[in-house]
Amino acid sequence: MSKKLVINTDWCKGCGICAAFCPKSTLEVVDEKVRRKDGADCILCGMCEMRCPDYAIYIKEEDDD
Amino acid sequence: MAKTVLMQGNEACVEGALAAGMRFYAGYPITPSTEIAEVSALRLPQVGGKFIQMEDEIASIACAIGASVSGVKSMTATSGPGFSLKQENLGYACLAEIPLVVVDVQRSGPSTGLPTSPSQGDVMMAKWGTHGDHPMIAIAPSSVKECYELAIRCFNLSEKYRTPVLFLMDEIIGHLREGIEIPDKVEIVNRPTVVNPHPKRPAYAPTDDLIPAMAPFGKGQRYNITGLLHDESGFPTNDTEIAGALVTRLMKKIDNNYDDIVQVEETLMDDAKVAVFCFGGTARAAKSAVETARAKGIKCGMFRPITIWPFAEKELAKAMKGVKKIIVAEHNYGQLVNEVRRVVGPEKRIEFIGKVDGTVITPDEILAKIEEA
Amino acid sequence: MKVDMTNVSENTMNISDLIYKYMRIEHLPHIWCPGCGNGIILRAVAQAMENMKLERNKTVLVSGIGCSSRAAGYLDCNSIHTTHGRAIAYATGIKMAHPDYEVIVITGDGDASAIGGNHLIHAARRNIGLTVIVMNNNIYGMTGGQYSPTTPHREFGTTAPYGNIDQPFDIAKLAMGAGATFAARSTVYHAPQLAGIIEKGIRHKGFSVIDVTSICPTYYGRKNKKGSAVDMMRWQKENSIPVEKAKDMPEEELEGKLVVGVLRDKEAVEYSEEYSRLVDAVQGGIK
Repeated sequence: MSKKLVINTDWCKGCGICAAFCPKSTLEVVDEKVRRKDGADCILCGMCEMRCPDYAIYIKEEDDD
Repeated sequence: MAKTVLMQGNEACVEGALAAGMRFYAGYPITPSTEIAEVSALRLPQVGGKFIQMEDEIASIACAIGASVSGVKSMTATSGPGFSLKQENLGYACLAEIPLVVVDVQRSGPSTGLPTSPSQGDVMMAKWGTHGDHPMIAIAPSSVKECYELAIRCFNLSEKYRTPVLFLMDEIIGHLREGIEIPDKVEIVNRPTVVNPHPKRPAYAPTDDLIPAMAPFGKGQRYNITGLLHDESGFPTNDTEIAGALVTRLMKKIDNNYDDIVQVEETLMDDAKVAVFCFGGTARAAKSAVETARAKGIKCGMFRPITIWPFAEKELAKAMKGVKKIIVAEHNYGQLVNEVRRVVGPEKRIEFIGKVDGTVITPDEILAKIEEA
Repeated sequence: MKVDMTNVSENTMNISDLIYKYMRIEHLPHIWCPGCGNGIILRAVAQAMENMKLERNKTVLVSGIGCSSRAAGYLDCNSIHTTHGRAIAYATGIKMAHPDYEVIVITGDGDASAIGGNHLIHAARRNIGLTVIVMNNNIYGMTGGQYSPTTPHREFGTTAPYGNIDQPFDIAKLAMGAGATFAARSTVYHAPQLAGIIEKGIRHKGFSVIDVTSICPTYYGRKNKKGSAVDMMRWQKENSIPVEKAKDMPEEELEGKLVVGVLRDKEAVEYSEEYSRLVDAVQGGIK
């Protein structure tokens, strides 16, 4: 299994909560949509997912193949 | 074998409800309907049903609707002030299409009024008490026997059409004691449902008869119920086309079944030149007056709507064709008399007898109007 | 995005498995404003359901009226969006009819403690097995920002243009005073712990209240100069005290703070089961 961060920009309302409370400051809001900062070191902790009011950001687990 | 028992109207209402399959009652004490709660509290656990005394009138109807959405036939009973309080949630049951029987044992109003005195002052509130356009079925018994039989009919209509039904009793009938025959078997109707539904099956998709078939909560059809206008899945919508179609369907599912819903009693109406229009407890005085008038040679009859809403306009128009004078007797300041006027037209002579002082309309008062030139 | 869910068999969209499984995704994104905390609370409910492997077909979500009430439409279970203040009364009927169902009420501060206050205290008194989750945003949001029973003294709402002279309710304490056997408080900042608290509330046999301080940047925040959603959540972080720590603190120090965690968890006879026993006793001939 591997994990990755997924952003659903269709559902993002740009509130900035995920970015503000990301323990590694890996996220930013640009033009009312969240995105990963270039070169940021996401530790896949999932804090953004739990605090996103709009279910627009989450950690996806994938089978390796 | 059918057995004959002496019963009070309120008690007969509960026994009829139990025979129809009522297994849940939520209520709040109020005169003159309290015996309905008391008898329900005693009788329901005996048949495996449940009773709860809620903290207020609004909670009572809300609680009864809750039990009904999970598939249990439910009832609540009240009187004037409590009926006022229940109106919002009555409209909810109309829109959400949840079967429910609401009993209103009418007493004198307005406000706290004369709590122990008879009245028929809630008939227009029964139709228009809750806001917005909505269908309403209301039925009025005029004997203890009818309290039993028509309570069953209320449940059956409520289940069949997925709509709340009002049992418009009055203090006269609720507290009357008569011997009645309890039949061994009664006809029972159960609400349209679906077995093994797809979890996403649209609950409010109507069948050809405009009545949705939906499983009760807990059977795997995971739908939404709301008091907002909604689409067929039960999800709220602002789509004007869907909204208009929904309210129209709610009205039509009752309008289209007028003949099945509306019942009247016509006594000695065939050759009648004078007719007494009355309902509920007042019909007892009217019947006596009509019999006396007949004995005196007056061609007199009685027309009694058993179904108050929808109003029995087809039957009334037909019955009043040869009638020269209609006496409308009701325990209020004049409510259904306006419906009668609407149906028979402005030319027909109508005499009104109303009472708002808590006393009953007597046979002599009706007879005097019959004999009046 | 419009999706016909009867034809969807696999999660191939940009949606987490949790949301895909527990929400009616055809109705997402939800109607709540940017930065509103209600979506966070609803996600925690879904997480609690997943943690407990709750049987969705036997789970009922009941809501009243207001911003909070729209939660019912989004959670894929048996859901009923009732009338203003009456969610607990509807839920009481459902629980009485089916004591085996999990009945969860999602309500708001106005819905639960103003128009529905009577039902809250009486359900607590009966100890009926409902789990009541309050999305407490300190304001009437749906109608545009009027003060509610939890708007703090001296703060502002559109109907308190000169400042609120009312004293606020503490909904968790109110429920405990009325006999609730489980009461907890949390905030949307504490989302990582919230699902666990909701799970405890659902597992609790008897009446549970979870008073969750939400955030309403659109009305409460703007009217009271609380800043953005982020600022409001930061305030929660800085002003919350775990219940274990609060026990040893003097009352003056707790003034204006949110004591979070499980405030009460005690056992008592649950109402709907007690009534079922009554039915058995009556049918067994015991008078």
